Amino acid sequence: MSGAIRIATVATTEFRLAVRNRWVLLATLTLTGFALALAFLGSGPSGELKVDPLTLTAASLSTLSVYLVPLIALLVSYDSLAGELERGTLSLVLATPIRRTELLIAKFLGHLAVLALAIVVGYGIAALAVIERHGLGAHAAGLVVWFRLMATCLLLGAVFVGLGMAVSASCRQTGTAAALSVGLWLLLVVLYDLALLGAIIVDRGGLFTKTIFPFLVLANPGDAFRLFNLAQMDAGTPIAGLDGLAHSLPLPIGAALAVLVAWLGAALSAAVALARKITP
Amino acid sequence: MSDRQIVLKIADLTLRFGSFTALDAVNLTVSAGERVALLGHNGAGKSTLFKTVLGFLKPDGGTLTVAGARPGSDHARGAVSYLPEQVAFPKALTGTEIITHFARLKGVAPSRSIGLLETVGIADAADRAIGTYSKGMRQRLGLAQALIGKPALLLLDEPTSGLDPLSRGEFYAIIDRVAAEGTAVLLSSHSLTEVESRTDRVAILARGQLKADGALADLARAARLPIRIRVEAEPGRADAVRDRIGGDRINGRSVLLNCLAEEKIGLLARVAALGKDVTDVDITLPGLDDVYRHYSGIDLATHAMGDAS
Ligand SMILES: Nc1ncnc2c1ncn2[C@@H]1O[C@H](COP(=O)(O)OP(=O)(O)OP(=O)(O)O)[C@@H](O)[C@H]1O
Ligand SMILES: [Mg+2]
Repeated sequence: MSGAIRIATVATTEFRLAVRNRWVLLATLTLTGFALALAFLGSGPSGELKVDPLTLTAASLSTLSVYLVPLIALLVSYDSLAGELERGTLSLVLATPIRRTELLIAKFLGHLAVLALAIVVGYGIAALAVIERHGLGAHAAGLVVWFRLMATCLLLGAVFVGLGMAVSASCRQTGTAAALSVGLWLLLVVLYDLALLGAIIVDRGGLFTKTIFPFLVLANPGDAFRLFNLAQMDAGTPIAGLDGLAHSLPLPIGAALAVLVAWLGAALSAAVALARKITP
Repeated sequence: MSDRQIVLKIADLTLRFGSFTALDAVNLTVSAGERVALLGHNGAGKSTLFKTVLGFLKPDGGTLTVAGARPGSDHARGAVSYLPEQVAFPKALTGTEIITHFARLKGVAPSRSIGLLETVGIADAADRAIGTYSKGMRQRLGLAQALIGKPALLLLDEPTSGLDPLSRGEFYAIIDRVAAEGTAVLLSSHSLTEVESRTDRVAILARGQLKADGALADLARAARLPIRIRVEAEPGRADAVRDRIGGDRINGRSVLLNCLAEEKIGLLARVAALGKDVTDVDITLPGLDDVYRHYSGIDLATHAMGDAS
């Protein structure tokens, strides 16, 4: 019971700080801006394709989210422990009865709330804009696609909040934590896909492309997120690049979701293990 | 004092950072209601001792109990409150929010703790962002935070640094009140002069070793520090004076002598017997800084080189 109070206390303060430091505003404005831009550009002149405009926008938004959501998640969380260590408040907090696991869970929830607000507001406004423009028509299925996108965005964000906290727990300086977070983002979100594309080109449809490649794509949290969303959209949705896998995956699509959950578990476990080692 | 309950018990505590011994077989107890000052040069190990008491650092030897429990255990954490030497609360939060936050973490109703802002004298700024606080106000907020929930043991690491003399007085008045209510207080400081008459006991730490532990008056007496007597002689008579009473001639006109307290009267009688050769006598009693220097085993020359051990 007192543990729950402590978790709620830290999570609330964390969220309050994010509001005061304008992180909430920044994250929400960024996601709203990009989602709206895609809503107007991406849903194009309707009628040409058989796909409803909401699904169409969701497809392009899922690709954009792979870059934006992890970045925002890392920005919100990289400071969480290293910053408190640097400012000296961590020793104060750890002198109270709170356990390190509780502290981590609380901060995780606080950061996730920031992200959830930004996603719900940003993507919600974009969805309303699309419906306003094209109407919902017979394509109510688009709503399901949209909700799936928002929910998995939050899951993807949770993975990267967890990773950001693990990074933060491993550094004694916020500067180092910031640099490591940017590095992690580049590695997981940009370089990983580039490396896989490079490997496919070199392989020219050989053994690698047929066997290991799909699993390697699926192992990446960003790709797993995108595949999960794209695979469940109408076949008419235009997709390209690595996402071609969406319709030829050797595993049931639930595997993508399992990958995300596994990443989340691993990230949080790493964060807890690293936080245990901190000497404030 | 001995019938009081011991809150902090440190026995033979040794702590190393690699090959460097930061705390070397330290023994110290603090009882309920007692105010103990921990003194020591920069790098003596004061903050390290606090962090060990909090359970942040694991001892390499010796035993340590806080309210009868292992440091860092739930019971110990519930009993202890801490003010680190450097703490920067989030600038965007208010004083009230910080107190509420820490009260909840300590399992105390925030409504019972808000009054502490009044106690430390920053009630006016309670709902202002901490970013607008002065250094002294932030230090006071830190103290208010440490007082939440009437802790059994209060650990204050250089709590008065950054406070003006008046604020220091107020600070020690608060400590007096808290100790009178039964809290054991261990605070660190760099200056004996500051803690004189404000604490019941002083413990002096030097290079990780506890060099002294006792009431200041007792320590000063036990140190048997010499009294300095400076005798001014008539022009040209300094050598003659030195030959009669001993000591060192320091310039053309003065002779400097050191003597113990019990030798003082005898020596002064001999000086008086010199009659016209002496024009003036100046007596300097050992000060608190001398007492401190005596116990920490550091003279000014070596101390100036810092703690580059
Ligand atoms: N994490 C650490 N790793 C290695 N050495 C350390 C560590 N923490 C402290 N020390 C060393 O231990 C010694 C004692 O440090 P401590 O911070 O306890 O001193 P202090 O008495 O609090 O000094 P000050 O008055 O300057 O605050 C110093 O020589 C310091 O360099
Ligand atoms: Mg210190």
